[in-house]
Amino acid sequence: MGLTSTVLLVVLGVLALTGGVLVFTLNSMARVTFALLGSLVCVGGVVTVLGLPYLGVVIVLMMVMEMVIMAVFMIAYMMNPAGLMPMSMLHNTRGSLVISGLVFAAMVAGIYVVPWPDRTGARPKDTTFQVGMSLMGDQMLTMVTLGFVLLATMIATVVLATHRGRYDRFGDDLDQRPAKDPAGGGVGR
Amino acid sequence: MVEAGEWWMLLAAPAALLGFALVAVAGNAALDARSAGRSVTATAVVRPFLAVPQALVTQQRRMPAPDRLLWRVGVVVVPVAAVLSTLVIPFGNHVVADLSVGVVWFNAMEVLTWAGLWLAGWGPNAAFSLVGGYRFLAQGLAYELPLMFALISAATGAQSLRVTDVVGAQHGLWYAVWMPFAFVVYLAGVLAFSFLGPFAYPAGRDIAGGVLGETSGVDRLLLQAGRWLWLAAGAAMAVPLFLGGGAGPGLPTWAWSLIKTLLVLGLLVWVLRRMPVIRADRYVELAWVVLLPLSIVQALVPALVNLNL
Repeated sequence: MGLTSTVLLVVLGVLALTGGVLVFTLNSMARVTFALLGSLVCVGGVVTVLGLPYLGVVIVLMMVMEMVIMAVFMIAYMMNPAGLMPMSMLHNTRGSLVISGLVFAAMVAGIYVVPWPDRTGARPKDTTFQVGMSLMGDQMLTMVTLGFVLLATMIATVVLATHRGRYDRFGDDLDQRPAKDPAGGGVGR
Repeated sequence: MVEAGEWWMLLAAPAALLGFALVAVAGNAALDARSAGRSVTATAVVRPFLAVPQALVTQQRRMPAPDRLLWRVGVVVVPVAAVLSTLVIPFGNHVVADLSVGVVWFNAMEVLTWAGLWLAGWGPNAAFSLVGGYRFLAQGLAYELPLMFALISAATGAQSLRVTDVVGAQHGLWYAVWMPFAFVVYLAGVLAFSFLGPFAYPAGRDIAGGVLGETSGVDRLLLQAGRWLWLAAGAAMAVPLFLGGGAGPGLPTWAWSLIKTLLVLGLLVWVLRRMPVIRADRYVELAWVVLLPLSIVQALVPALVNLNL
């Protein structure tokens, strides 16, 4: 790794950490969310510098969408409705300190304990293809399982969250057309 | 052969983007004049630009307890992301940076407007502008996935995320010809991320201008510029993705890029004036029930073609 990459890596790492600290020190939900977003964008940069540009840029792409949607929900569900009033991200301070300390220790230990493999062969020019082959080849079972777990989680949370089911929409015999919805959609179902 | 990384492209790409955006605004003003029954003169065409010096010197409106930092960040992000997206858009034989993940880069920059517009709506601490910010997110959830699949269709056809590879893979047959649905969805996405025309919902008149409502002076200028810069960037990106880039008979490649970009831009400006504003709740259902399944089927087509099935 060249000097430029090392410098970039350090700068991005420090910025990511700063963003992480700001998450717990700022007092506005919106600012906290975007401090977290800034931190995660730096993580995307770190991954890019480490030679996986596809994953790095996708992290930025997904995290922007996720954090913006998260801001909407966090502000909606917060105790003070406007979200502009001072708030704190610190809850259960002692317990979370213990948990985060343990997780940090475990991850640092992991860095030293895991037998990292040495590089065999030259680094490919475009790593996107290798990432794809690895995820969709050797790790196919993992990805399929993860995919189903994620989908099941999404459907389950929506089912639990919604108070209206198909009988509310289509009537007791499910024969009511168009559906009785509080807001009409563009397709007119 | 595509030349990447020339220093002058760093200046030329934003300048060209600004040029296209100015052409779009001028064209829109000319059509405005025509539809108002005025004669289309030079004065009518430059009329929108007269507001620029005024916006630069005007005193900014102040709101009680705004989140000034986030507001400013949001307002700046929209045009800056549009300019950054041009990094990977080849123009003729030249491109600023021929990234191996160029298509994803363009997509990521476009998604940054989500953050920018929501922040621009949140910052002023005003209800209507916040409603505008939320409206853009609702609209984003509708347009983004079909748009992503349109980009994926082009990338799958070329078996590469590098934009110049996508151009190279279209020798003879443009993707717009055999992936017309992806092309149309992409163009709709361009209008949506520049929140113009049918997708002007976040800046709707019914909420007193929405995200634009409380901005004034330079802030307003930046947001408005961001809209038209995004329209120009989307039109410029349509050319390498779907219209074969600079390829064409007779003329040099830059001329073909110029002609194609102007045609797409003209089409977009014409369409955005013809269509009424679509409410996000209506568009969401259309997007998820009709557009999304069809765009997945569209992405399947180049996949099957590449597998020689």
